[in-house]
Amino acid sequence: MNFETTIGLEVHVELKTHSKIYSPTPVEFGDEPNANTNVIDWAYPGTLPTLNKGVVRDGIMAGLALHAQISKHMHFDRKNYFYPDNPKAYQVTQSETPIAHDGWIEIEVNGKKKKIGIKEMHIEEDAGKNTHTSNYSYVDLNRQGTPLIEIVSKPDIASPEEAVAYLEALRQRIQFTGISDVKMEEGSMRVDTNISIRPIGSDKYGTKTEMKNINSFNFVKKALNFEQQRHEKVIMAGGTIAQETRRFDEATGETISMRTKEGSDDYRYFPEPDIPPLEVSDEWIQEIEDAMPEMPGERRARYTNDLGLSEYDAMVLTQTKEMSDFFEATIALGADPKKAANYLMNDVNSYLNDKQVDLQDTKLTPANLAGMIKLIDDGTISSKMAKKVFKGILDGQEPAAYAEKNGLVQLSDPAKLQPIVDEVLANNQQSIEDYKNGKDRAVGFLVGQIMKQTRGKANPGVVNKLLMKALNEK
Amino acid sequence: MKFNETDLTQLHEDLQTQKISAKELTKAAFDRIKETDDDVKAFITLNEDEALKRAEAIDNEGIAADKLLAGVPLAVKDNIVTKGLKTTAASKMLENFTPIYDATVIEKLNAQDFINVGKTNLDEFAMGGSTENSAFFTTHNPWDLTRVPGGSSGGSAAAVAAGDVIGALGTDTGGSIRMPSSYNNVVGLKPTYGRVSRWGAIAFGSSFDQIGWITNSVKNNALLTEIISGQDDHDMTSSDRQVPNWAANLNENTNVKGLRIAVPKEYLDEGIQPGVRAVINNALKHFEELGAIIDTDVSMPHTKYGVPAYYILASSEASSNLQRYDGIRYGFRAPDAKTLEEVYVKSRTQGFGDEVKRRIMLGTFSLSAGFYDAYFNKAAKIRTLIAQDFANVLKDHDLIMGPTGANPAFEIGSEIADPKTMYMNDILTVPVNMAGLPAMSLPAGFDNGLPVGLHIIGKAFDEQTIYNAGYVFEQTTDFHKQMPKLGGQD
Repeated sequence: MNFETTIGLEVHVELKTHSKIYSPTPVEFGDEPNANTNVIDWAYPGTLPTLNKGVVRDGIMAGLALHAQISKHMHFDRKNYFYPDNPKAYQVTQSETPIAHDGWIEIEVNGKKKKIGIKEMHIEEDAGKNTHTSNYSYVDLNRQGTPLIEIVSKPDIASPEEAVAYLEALRQRIQFTGISDVKMEEGSMRVDTNISIRPIGSDKYGTKTEMKNINSFNFVKKALNFEQQRHEKVIMAGGTIAQETRRFDEATGETISMRTKEGSDDYRYFPEPDIPPLEVSDEWIQEIEDAMPEMPGERRARYTNDLGLSEYDAMVLTQTKEMSDFFEATIALGADPKKAANYLMNDVNSYLNDKQVDLQDTKLTPANLAGMIKLIDDGTISSKMAKKVFKGILDGQEPAAYAEKNGLVQLSDPAKLQPIVDEVLANNQQSIEDYKNGKDRAVGFLVGQIMKQTRGKANPGVVNKLLMKALNEK
Repeated sequence: MKFNETDLTQLHEDLQTQKISAKELTKAAFDRIKETDDDVKAFITLNEDEALKRAEAIDNEGIAADKLLAGVPLAVKDNIVTKGLKTTAASKMLENFTPIYDATVIEKLNAQDFINVGKTNLDEFAMGGSTENSAFFTTHNPWDLTRVPGGSSGGSAAAVAAGDVIGALGTDTGGSIRMPSSYNNVVGLKPTYGRVSRWGAIAFGSSFDQIGWITNSVKNNALLTEIISGQDDHDMTSSDRQVPNWAANLNENTNVKGLRIAVPKEYLDEGIQPGVRAVINNALKHFEELGAIIDTDVSMPHTKYGVPAYYILASSEASSNLQRYDGIRYGFRAPDAKTLEEVYVKSRTQGFGDEVKRRIMLGTFSLSAGFYDAYFNKAAKIRTLIAQDFANVLKDHDLIMGPTGANPAFEIGSEIADPKTMYMNDILTVPVNMAGLPAMSLPAGFDNGLPVGLHIIGKAFDEQTIYNAGYVFEQTTDFHKQMPKLGGQD
């Protein structure tokens, strides 16, 4: 029997607003537990939420970035459940009226393009965090109320590869809006998956299993692959799939049953009475659309059309907003786009991969990269010396000063090079003879001698010119 | 000193001219409370030391002309949070809860240098109509100590009726200001939903709750309500509508000539006790004599669905609002709880009283999957129909009148075992909350010596017309001047 796979993804994206979604406390990470909390975050008696309009704005922007319809009328709903990290014992979210719905993003897998639908998007609050020791459990409410956007896909994803392509495209687009860092490793992007399989042609979906909070794209792929195969094995062996939540074990690469769902949880949703329904005007949507940063596709088109980069280069450069912004800043300082692109795609990327760091975590600046490219262009340094200078700018050094200090500046002044050329020629009469007898190799030898004399600092171009002139005059 | 007849404007003048000091006044209030409260039990917490200290400080600073409430003793229902002063909501759950912030209404009163004499008794979390649901004790009606003061703001109404204070803050979710005002022969106004910030009012039914005053007179009520009204950044449901100076319009020129008063037939049907009906009919006749036009050919057909729909919707909201009392962060935690599950279940089982649990169950059920459409959703539709009933009638009438309650104060213990009867008492008050309208209960007469309140309902944000009618009625009748015979009579 042949099966087709259906995957659904729920992605939570944490917004970078200054304050929380329903309280004025700051959104900051790494502070003392409960430092960024107030009476609202504690669900203290008598407190009420006040909606951060910036979150609505960001939600609309995310909706526009994902080609979704923005809801003109929306309200909030309470999702009720008890848990210590949830002080009100309800989450204020959107159930009936998502901020945006019916969007899509395009993915490409094995050269095939496909649109993946987005069912709906909600704005809501994050919960706090529980920590357990052997004797005590602690609740930290710093994260309580951090704004989130939940993005729910339509059942259009048909393979683990498509799932990852969807996540990459989603992350890229959200990142370009600037509303979130969308970093899996820091929790500002979180992924819940569900997967089911059915015989090809069947009009009924199979039973799905869920996996929550898988923390890298790679693990999402591995976990979905494992589940897909497990489903197939179970069904082929005549068994049935239990509707359940499973956990992905990173060590073994397998999924493990956590709990079986007997019916669904009853969250007793109802409209949040403390936040009046919200009307979104066309003018506001337009205003947000006008303020929307360039999306990766638009940037790619500009790179190929205006800057003459290849499709491939444009794609690599727009992989992350950081890289693309860095590139933009570098060429804005006058650096040649192709050289800047090459450095970023090759030297910089391999350094980042090597060190497993992000561009923003390095000391490299657009000014220093542009400065170095300029030094190459005007012949101050050779491309060989540039390798050394590059190490310097990775360390935050100003390229010209660094080259100077470390003796990496090329000797390009003909007046200074001429005596050396003359001296080398005087000491190598045999080579002059060889040259005149048509042995071109002799030129290489002479250049080598000059380079040796200058400890490699002579500008090869200038040396060549001076040498040829001298040889031809002999 | 009794405050039953004290006029706020006059008192302010006396304080300013130093005829009386804030400290003397505050002492007088506590003297009166001591005379009455052993019998009435209106207060859960008295704030005597702090109040006297504050009064002395205010005397030293001098009474500012623009601070009407400077040095004036007032009381606060104990479900409105007061910084540094225990706020219990009459629940074991919050028995030892001392808030770290002030409700917006308290901040506004503090800005006026008011004196908070203490926190008044109520039905636990404002759920009930008699104060019998208080976790601590029942308040007694000053007019007949064997009877309930009504609820849930029973402590506030009884304190005003007993002459302890000029006014006391209450909250009204389904009649909790108006019903006790009716039972105690005092003036209670529930402002339009959104008129007064709910920040700091311990939530019961968030889309119904509204803070307001119970006072000894209409004019004092208007003055006090103006002070606590207005948009508040802490409450998104508060309205930015301008707050009028209602009291400025209450004078010898105020009249009800040509005022169109609707009296829906459902408001005086057979469910209303004959003695109450007689009082209300007299009041209506009085308005007619004063030049108002009484229209009894009016129907509010969905009135009878108000109580069931209200108890579903308000309880649903309450079931969610009260989930925060989980024993984790503040309030009561069961001492014998060993696991997380036990902290939740035991703390809530031991911390909440029967009525609160009943409503949590009612609300939880109404919101449950499979029942939501039949209960919560249907009740929400009824809410819309009731609001339309009001809109239809108020399209060509200025006010709606009827009794506040179908009967005067009942005897303590007579209804507590019968929640359905208790709930039906609210039949005339809950529709107003469902529509978010302003309404007043006004002393209108007596049935066998027990006070009967006239219910005056107005258009949204038109508290002025209610105050005008109430003021004219008060000026031309003596009902509000009658006082309960209580300890320390002079």
